[in-house]
Amino acid sequence: MIKALLMGASLVALAGCTSADTKPQASSEQARAPGRGKGYSHDPYPSTYHAYPGAATLVTNVTILDGEGGRIDGGSVLFRDTKIVAVGQNLPRDADVTVIDGRGKYLTPGVIDIHSHLGDYPSPGVPALSDGNEATSPVTADVWAEHSVWPQDPGFSRALTNGGVTTLQVLPGSANLFGGRSVVLKNVYARTMQAMKFPGAPYGLKMACGENPKRVYGSKGRQPATRMGNMAVDRQTWARAAEYKRRWDKYEDKGGEMPGRDIAMDTLRGVLDGEILIQNHCYRADEMANVMDMAKEFGYKVTAFHHAVEAYKIADLLKENGACAAVWADWYGFKMEAYDAVNENLAILEKQGTCAMIHSDDENGIQRLNQEVAKARMSGIKAGYDISEAQAWRWLAINPAKALGIDRQTGSLKPGKMADAVLWNGNPFSVYTRPQMVWVDGALLYDASNPKLRPVSDFELGQPGEGDVK
Amino acid sequence: MKTLLLSAAAVIGLAAPASAKDVVITNAKLVIGDGSAPVEGGTVVVRGGRVVGAGSGVAVPAGVRVIDAGGRWVSPGIFAGFTRMGIVEVDGVEATNDTAASGSPFDAALDVAPAVNPKSTPLAINRLEGVTRAVVAPDNSSGSIFAGQGAVIDTAADMDAVTRPRAFQFMEWGEAGARAAGGSRSAAYALLKNTLFEVRDYIRSPAGFNARGKEALLTRADAEALVPVVQGRTLLLAHVERASDILVLLQLKREVPGLKLVLVGATEGWTVAREIAAAGVPVIASAVADLPSSFEQLAATQSNIGRMKAAGVLVGIGTINQDEARQARWEKQYAGNLVALGKIPGASGLNWGEAFATITSRPAEALGMGDEFGSLRAGRRGDVVIWDGDPLEIGTSAVQVFIDGVEQPMTSRQTRLRDRYWNPREGALPKAYQH
Repeated sequence: MIKALLMGASLVALAGCTSADTKPQASSEQARAPGRGKGYSHDPYPSTYHAYPGAATLVTNVTILDGEGGRIDGGSVLFRDTKIVAVGQNLPRDADVTVIDGRGKYLTPGVIDIHSHLGDYPSPGVPALSDGNEATSPVTADVWAEHSVWPQDPGFSRALTNGGVTTLQVLPGSANLFGGRSVVLKNVYARTMQAMKFPGAPYGLKMACGENPKRVYGSKGRQPATRMGNMAVDRQTWARAAEYKRRWDKYEDKGGEMPGRDIAMDTLRGVLDGEILIQNHCYRADEMANVMDMAKEFGYKVTAFHHAVEAYKIADLLKENGACAAVWADWYGFKMEAYDAVNENLAILEKQGTCAMIHSDDENGIQRLNQEVAKARMSGIKAGYDISEAQAWRWLAINPAKALGIDRQTGSLKPGKMADAVLWNGNPFSVYTRPQMVWVDGALLYDASNPKLRPVSDFELGQPGEGDVK
Repeated sequence: MKTLLLSAAAVIGLAAPASAKDVVITNAKLVIGDGSAPVEGGTVVVRGGRVVGAGSGVAVPAGVRVIDAGGRWVSPGIFAGFTRMGIVEVDGVEATNDTAASGSPFDAALDVAPAVNPKSTPLAINRLEGVTRAVVAPDNSSGSIFAGQGAVIDTAADMDAVTRPRAFQFMEWGEAGARAAGGSRSAAYALLKNTLFEVRDYIRSPAGFNARGKEALLTRADAEALVPVVQGRTLLLAHVERASDILVLLQLKREVPGLKLVLVGATEGWTVAREIAAAGVPVIASAVADLPSSFEQLAATQSNIGRMKAAGVLVGIGTINQDEARQARWEKQYAGNLVALGKIPGASGLNWGEAFATITSRPAEALGMGDEFGSLRAGRRGDVVIWDGDPLEIGTSAVQVFIDGVEQPMTSRQTRLRDRYWNPREGALPKAYQH
């Protein structure tokens, strides 16, 4: 990537000193094509995250929910050198491993929240720290949520210690139709955002349907003021993106004069290239259907509809289009487009075989996603559709990992994957259960019985309640 | 669904010749709601809408509908300690939101009772999950720390939702109070002191009140509404979070003899729990607030309630500014989470009986209504729920709900939508024909 950047710079420099005598030389330089995807850096703020030291660890006699639908009773899991090494029964005990007796407890992959605003809307919720919505234009595909992330948000620690959350996607807010890029983070405190960034995770583009964009911009007397206005601005923007992509593809493939850069269009081009995933805030069934047709019209794919309160009404249509739904268990009625919520949303999606998952969108809800999954599962069972615990755990493990494009690295307890795991002090489908230990890449970063392993952000240092159980 | 409803109604009619408000539930895993542990083989007797007796040795009267609970859990209905249920249909749709009134010349005089809509959907949704009574508070607007007069309502499927109108006055203190009073805590304090002065003025001479000079700030109607507060006949519920703000209110209580103060929120209450206990001031707290959401909640922890309880504070759970218009049903989960703290070293939780009491008898007692609501002790309202499991556990459902002894329907708009879309594909006709 550094090479690609340097090449771009030298091209610009040459173009800058073009004069009559050097023209033949310059045009031969201009003709050199950088190659597809190499005209500019796609990773200018690279992850500097590294795994923290961890002991080789064997958890034994534990109930394992592997996050992909598998369950092992009385099983064992071995982590070593940041990775899961083995999962099964009666694993050998090497002399150097720390053995943890998991009797009466559950071991699961770390919880993944596909929809969070931690860091962008941190605690305390004061205007000076409120950096989640660039509500100055309905199209702000140029902003990146990572540039707002405040790594000292106390919410990260609560999500880890009370929620067992090891990975989260931080998204821009939903004031805008094109809200900007999301970022996937490891839930590990660091001095910089880059040092929290999940290595190799694709970017997402946050889009929004419905009430928010039309309210925010309609109230300013500008487009969009209606749902049809939302779609019109969306389509016009995609049409521009297609043109931008065509120019850059041509340049990267064949060379010639370098097209102008547009930071917003870079992101949209990334979506059209399948490199950036669409994470689309959308509540109503009819609007999701419109968006899926729009995606076909412009040649992209909606990876997941977020909030998707009415996903249950079109579970079949979502499945046909290969779109996932990320939902709450039982939020309803706080706004008009949330009026038709049902507790069985996830269960109906599961029953139809539609890709579905839980999400929080909330600094409190993220601490109890296991309980949200438990609620959704039981709502389904009570309504007549049986869902096992192992099957339901996919809703906060492999399913969000897939929708974030990180399922080869994390999201389940499989050998070779990151050792992101939670030891629960009981059945995590019970209200009476809490995380006992949480590992990220094999490093023990929370232990309920060790006050030194409760992270305290800079903000909380020297304040009332510092280092308290939370 | 209609046929089911009709037949259920018919059963009630047939089985209760004496009164629709009489019911006996036997063979129950009985929870009284007063903090005690459940007892097996319990019986609860409701006559004329009130509990006559509940326990393991209670005789079954003749001629009354008897339900064999088959060993299932039976408890008082949930008494939601702080909500805005029944005065909001959709929070984001202003026309359906009667919580606050920024354009009104009145504040303390505002009364939620006439705004309560027994048909608002959150009532049925919460009733289905075992919430039978709720404290309903108005919200304040800029210009005043006083929000108005709150009520206690029931969630029954009838038009008579308001059980206790004008049960308390609600006040914003701390950051929200400061903002409303003009921009500082000092301004809120001055506003409060001046209000008390003018109310006393009104008490001395109601007739002369309108003849006050230009410096008068309080309207006659607001003064009138605050008279019972100053005289200690009506509770003052005050939303307060920061420890120092709590101490200011406790001092105020000493200065206004007879003032019946209840703290709402009290995120930092645990840090001054001994002072709160010594003042005999009850608390309606948020159960699981553990983030420094504001600078007045820096010491937030889920152990707040457990620590206050251990210090002798009377504390129940409420949902202040947490989906309070619609999610009182989450209080069961919150109470369960407090039990879970018992397994966390260094945390202060509650045992099961106490946790259940924080969503039944304790909030009722905090409002001075423990004789009326929140437990199955004799004399209380016949608000009874039969559950298919531990009511604090996730996934447990209310099977039958009785309010004032009357069995309630168990459908809501949500269950209707679920039934319509359980199979999302349309049949021979559009979904609109499926009902």
